[in-house]
Amino acid sequence: MTTTEHHAVEHHDEEHDHPSDGKYIQIALILGVITAVEVALSYVDVGKLFVPALVICMVAKFAIVAGYFMHLKFDSNLLTRVFVSGIVLAIGVYIAFLGSLHIFS
Amino acid sequence: MAITEDRPLELTTGETVVRQPLGAFTRPRSTTGWRSWLTTIDHKKIGILYGGTALFFFFVGGVEALLIRMQLAQPDGQVLTAGQYNQVFTMHGTTMVFLVVMPLAAAFANYLMPLQIGARDVAFPRLNAFSYWTFLFGGIVLNSGWFLGGSPDNGWFNYAPNSGLAYSPGNGIDFWNMGLLIAGIASLVGAINLIVTALNMRAPGMTLMRMPVFTWMALVTQFLLLFAIPVLTVAQFLLMFERLFGAQFFDPAAGADPLLWQHLFWIFGHPEVYIMILPAFGIVSEIMPTFARKPLFGYPFMVFSGIAIGFMGWGVWAHHMFVSGLGPVSVAAFSLSTMFIAVPTGVKIFNWVGTLWGGKLKFSVPMAFAIALVVQFTVGGVSGVSHAVSPSDTQQTDTYYIVAHFHYVLFGGALFGMVGGLYYWWPKFFGRHLRDRLGWWHFWLMALGFNLTFGPMHIVGLQGMPRRTASYPEGMGWDFWNFIETVGAFLIGVSFLVFAYNIIVSRNNPPAEADPWDGRTLEWATSSPPPVHNFDEIPTVSHLDDWWHSKYRETDDHRLERVEGVKSYSSPEGPSEPPHLPSPSYWPFVLALGLPFVAYGLLYSYWLCGVGGVLILAAIYGWSLEPSVDPGAHAHHDEHEHGHGHDDHDADAEEPVAVATTPEETTE
Amino acid sequence: MTVAEHTSAAHPTTAHHTSTGLTNEKLAMWVFLGSECLLFGGLISTFLLYRETEPKAGPAISELYDIPYTSVSSFVLLMSSLTMVLAVAAIKRGDQRNTRVWLMTTALLGASFVGGQIYEFTVFYREGLGYTTNLQGSAFYTLTGFHGVHVSLGIVMLLSSVVMSLRGRLGPERSEAVEIVGLYWHFVDVVWIVIFTVVYLITP
Repeated sequence: MTTTEHHAVEHHDEEHDHPSDGKYIQIALILGVITAVEVALSYVDVGKLFVPALVICMVAKFAIVAGYFMHLKFDSNLLTRVFVSGIVLAIGVYIAFLGSLHIFS
Repeated sequence: MAITEDRPLELTTGETVVRQPLGAFTRPRSTTGWRSWLTTIDHKKIGILYGGTALFFFFVGGVEALLIRMQLAQPDGQVLTAGQYNQVFTMHGTTMVFLVVMPLAAAFANYLMPLQIGARDVAFPRLNAFSYWTFLFGGIVLNSGWFLGGSPDNGWFNYAPNSGLAYSPGNGIDFWNMGLLIAGIASLVGAINLIVTALNMRAPGMTLMRMPVFTWMALVTQFLLLFAIPVLTVAQFLLMFERLFGAQFFDPAAGADPLLWQHLFWIFGHPEVYIMILPAFGIVSEIMPTFARKPLFGYPFMVFSGIAIGFMGWGVWAHHMFVSGLGPVSVAAFSLSTMFIAVPTGVKIFNWVGTLWGGKLKFSVPMAFAIALVVQFTVGGVSGVSHAVSPSDTQQTDTYYIVAHFHYVLFGGALFGMVGGLYYWWPKFFGRHLRDRLGWWHFWLMALGFNLTFGPMHIVGLQGMPRRTASYPEGMGWDFWNFIETVGAFLIGVSFLVFAYNIIVSRNNPPAEADPWDGRTLEWATSSPPPVHNFDEIPTVSHLDDWWHSKYRETDDHRLERVEGVKSYSSPEGPSEPPHLPSPSYWPFVLALGLPFVAYGLLYSYWLCGVGGVLILAAIYGWSLEPSVDPGAHAHHDEHEHGHGHDDHDADAEEPVAVATTPEETTE
Repeated sequence: MTVAEHTSAAHPTTAHHTSTGLTNEKLAMWVFLGSECLLFGGLISTFLLYRETEPKAGPAISELYDIPYTSVSSFVLLMSSLTMVLAVAAIKRGDQRNTRVWLMTTALLGASFVGGQIYEFTVFYREGLGYTTNLQGSAFYTLTGFHGVHVSLGIVMLLSSVVMSLRGRLGPERSEAVEIVGLYWHFVDVVWIVIFTVVYLITP
């Protein structure tokens, strides 16, 4: 099995910036906390801050899962650009679409 | 039939041939005959399949066009009833957009992109085959209305709520919906494949800014498809669930917004028109430098304007909806954005002119088509600018002035460009030229016929002739031009008969050289047609237009001097080390076949869905377990090292000697 | 050398040269996920559009939400992303057993998410909101249904990976395959992050 060990070593060298298992669990706990904050916000009256606060929480969770769990933070820039293009385009086009139907007024 | 896997084979290396795990389903091996076409995963064969199918559908759409023109040749036409007319113009538009122009572009992209970037095939060859078969079945489902109770008749854009059960109770709309959903899968999957190919499989030294402009335009097109098709898919699923299961999306009685469909459709629909034109722009950008014997003027501008068109194309869609009640803010915004998008296209027009300027021009048939695109697209572009001004569009919309515009850009532009591409690359694809004289007859008849057909539409449109109307009354003053338009349409038909004759008769032509036009890009650096592995040795690229630079060098007094002894990258003896190529496969065809079963099943009987489901599951299972390279096919390859070198650019080699215990992964 | 060993030495998957340094498969999955943003964006937008209209029949969906219930369900899916990532880490280490444990756990968490959704839908249905009742119902069930189908397909891929691992065909040199399944899984989770916030929590 020398070749498989060889490969495992090769892989390890390439990805020494990989978060450890413990780090992943911490990240998951952070995600849980943000979710709890979101749910709490829906019970507490924060007035005009409600939507912005929820959106910030949502974006934070999205970024954390994409950056750490999906490894985008450590991978090639190209992948980030491809994915973000889809997101930006979707947001742009659909907000323009909803806007023209006067959803926001 | 060649060696089967039943008898173990003693090889000179001492190894034994592996038995196939799925013994009953032996891996296809044919290289000739209809079976080889059914199981091919070779991008060149797939390109030819796309092209041939597109030309067949062009004939179908052309007949539909002639029926329209016969009906409109005279006032109060009696050739078609109003109901029939609606089906014919709907199918004409839908066919030409989805089953002709798009697959023709796919044909060129499939055949040329790997060659132009110096690769042996696309990233996922079996997926490529799947795309083709899926497209074919989508086209069949779309056209089944002719035989199954009525075709879709609601226009190619199929607005709601007219597309709902209340106003369209038959299955026609369902054929439109399901046929295009299936074809959409083909486009989306093809887009993923070609994007990965262009980004990941370029020959050493081929940076992005050394890629040929056709490949660049094809790449931008794939990104447009990637992001636009899902929007249409959403609209189509909503419509399907409404029609099949009673979901509420488009019924105004339920409070639905009738503009939901329009927005979703045109968010797809506008990028769609750039999907149709950009490949043709790329083709012109290849033809013109070759026949001007000059590099393309302003290569970076050509690349960036193509990218700009791709971006900006997302911001203009509601110019198709100026009279739908959007309101002044939206109308103004989209009016502005539409005016801006003319700019990058204008850049291209000037760069093409700049390419021809001062060049050593050869007026070949491909060059004629390319010049025709530039002239005719400009005409269509100018009328487009007049539509961008929304007050004037308010008069023009739903008249023949619009019909004139989009035919000038799509037919006068995209189709002329693609036909030019066929003449240009025919020797490369088929190893024989098309005949020149017949080509000129084709060109002039087509150009004359096209302009006679669509030129006068500007006039009658501004005089108020409405579109999508089965007949017009006498006394409107439209009779003369409509008659001329019909004559023009039949001239177009004749021109294509000449083309068909040219194709047939050219089979007797002498074999073509590898590089008959003295081209600039890598597809000309290999034989005509290329060997199955494209290049004996993968080229190393050091310039834009690298092939040209291999052939010519500039002397001290700035003259071009032919370099001696440059030969193509393929030879009759073949490569010294046979490269690994993926093997043919049935599964793409089987997987694609499941889709129309599901579609018809949803309309007629869930048992058919079951059959479709079984085919799909079996195909996914079979495909994932099947190694991309048939282990039995390469008996001696173990002697050759698969290095990190560029001489062995496998298309999709995971483990080419798939010992029975390590099947391929699912991800193809 | 046996054919197998000779093969692995001669054809290491990491040595397959590409212009970007990324494998074709990984790049393809990210490209695909980019397109999925447009798909889910369209479905979400349709829902948002119709959430603003007064239903002509049946209840408004915001009256029916059980936020605590859905929060738990969302948390479950979020945790399944954690177990997925642990599965990928395990296979990279060559830890076959834990790879399977984490993959199975991910599949189970995903399945309980889907099960929870189905239960939630039956409750909504009993409270008067069917698929065809009104615009909101159609839009909501279509959006969450598409998401649920995506999760279910993910579960199928996870279970297939477990089976392959059991048959010894999922060694560390194939860790990227599991990573790619993971990318899909995380994306499906991320879509839910958006849906949970925008559909459930941000109500008019």
